[in-house]
Amino acid sequence: MMSFSKRTDGRSLTDLRPMEAKVGVIDKADGSAYFKIGNTAAYAAVYGPKQMLPRFMQDPRRGVLRCSYSMMPFSGMGERVRPGQNRRAKEISMVTEKALLPVVDIEKFPNSVVDVFIELPQTDAGSRCAGITAAALALADAGIPMKDMVSSVACGKIDDKLLVDLSYEEEAFDGEVCDIPFAFMHNSGKITLLQGDGVVDTDSLLKLFDMAKEAAGKVYEVQKNALLEKYKVEGDLDADQ
Amino acid sequence: MLTSKNAKLHLAKYLKEGLRYDSRKLDEYRDIKIETGVSNTAEGSAKVTLGKTEVIAGIKLSLEKPYPDTPDSGNLMVEVSLPSLASPEYESGPPGIDAIEFSRVVDRGIREGKVVDTKKLCMEPGEKVWSISIDIVVINNDGNIIDASGIAAMAALLDTTMPKVEGNTVNYKEKTKDRLPIDSWVVPATVHKIGEHFLVDLTCEEEEASDGRLTLAAKEDGRIYALQKGGDIPLTKEDLATMLKLGLDSGKKSLARLKEVLK
Repeated sequence: MMSFSKRTDGRSLTDLRPMEAKVGVIDKADGSAYFKIGNTAAYAAVYGPKQMLPRFMQDPRRGVLRCSYSMMPFSGMGERVRPGQNRRAKEISMVTEKALLPVVDIEKFPNSVVDVFIELPQTDAGSRCAGITAAALALADAGIPMKDMVSSVACGKIDDKLLVDLSYEEEAFDGEVCDIPFAFMHNSGKITLLQGDGVVDTDSLLKLFDMAKEAAGKVYEVQKNALLEKYKVEGDLDADQ
Repeated sequence: MLTSKNAKLHLAKYLKEGLRYDSRKLDEYRDIKIETGVSNTAEGSAKVTLGKTEVIAGIKLSLEKPYPDTPDSGNLMVEVSLPSLASPEYESGPPGIDAIEFSRVVDRGIREGKVVDTKKLCMEPGEKVWSISIDIVVINNDGNIIDASGIAAMAALLDTTMPKVEGNTVNYKEKTKDRLPIDSWVVPATVHKIGEHFLVDLTCEEEEASDGRLTLAAKEDGRIYALQKGGDIPLTKEDLATMLKLGLDSGKKSLARLKEVLK
């Protein structure tokens, strides 16, 4: 067994895969976005706030954020993915909701729901992070009141190396691998998503937190530019808007 | 609904003068944009854009047991999905009747038109054959999903390269240079009737006013391999003749566009 020394695609340990982002890609949605990082791509669409139906699911105190993560049938690296929500997709939908809820200000929309749909046409690694990043952009595009932006990226450890934004090949490395998806609130620096798969020690994890925060800052820049691309106003920008 | 009735009257007035809201002629298709290789996890893929309509087709191949009645032929499956992502009208859950109808119409054109020589997909008669899954996902719906889906499916089939087989398993990470055995090219073409007028490549707004439609799937030589009448009104023989002509003409244009892009 070879120990891990160099990244398979030639990146440095703190480099992310190439990213691109665009908002307003789905005409009938209230807000939408496309986000691609390396070979992982995600569409996200937001519908709402709208009345929550059936009525018994309404919360009179606040609005509800409802997320759905779904892989297109041909988006997996192996066999066809059966359509419909399997256990993995349900769990990712749930953690996506929890990753976004802290920044979404929907207290003022009682009995309402904001639906977020995420669909991935191709995946490599980091698909939940790409989904969350796209969804945060789509929420902003929909004009949903937000307290902060959410930017998501995974970091990990392979043998003794700490690294940012693992690829599928790296996740599958024949050695000691851990993969930890993070989502950061940009301004507060707090995390809204933390999962982990594989072995890691406390020191490394805390170092990975810092690395992920810096990497999420780069994701944020791409998100910000995508929003500016659509909403940039030449000349004066009305601060009240 | 009064508003839709008024909208329909307004549209009919336009059509009488040979006009459409987007200033196309009645028999004029929107520009067909075709981009292949849009999903690198698929064995073949394509995105088709018609105005604001946008669909992605992806092909997955797997080794499976053949059906008992066709022990020496590969399997083929088409599924169009209308995800909640694309429109507030699409509901989550199992495919609705629209998605099922679209899937079956696209499927029939490809199957009956013998687009793929399924005999060549047999590895071991009665035991092991290639199974082709054609999935089409709608990203944006501004009408004419059937035609867009059929064109995308055809383009994705042409884009497909076979993965490597190692013993009884498929190594999806290694693609060979082999292509699918494509024998012929078939695309669907849909014609609608609104009042006394016949139109192709409708937008959503126009589809809402549609009285009836006919979809055909044809090859370049004008032979038809699948038909589907939709909508609520009965059609006369004259209606049918007009719709067939318009359908065949626009089908030919779609095939020509496919040829340009995929050669």
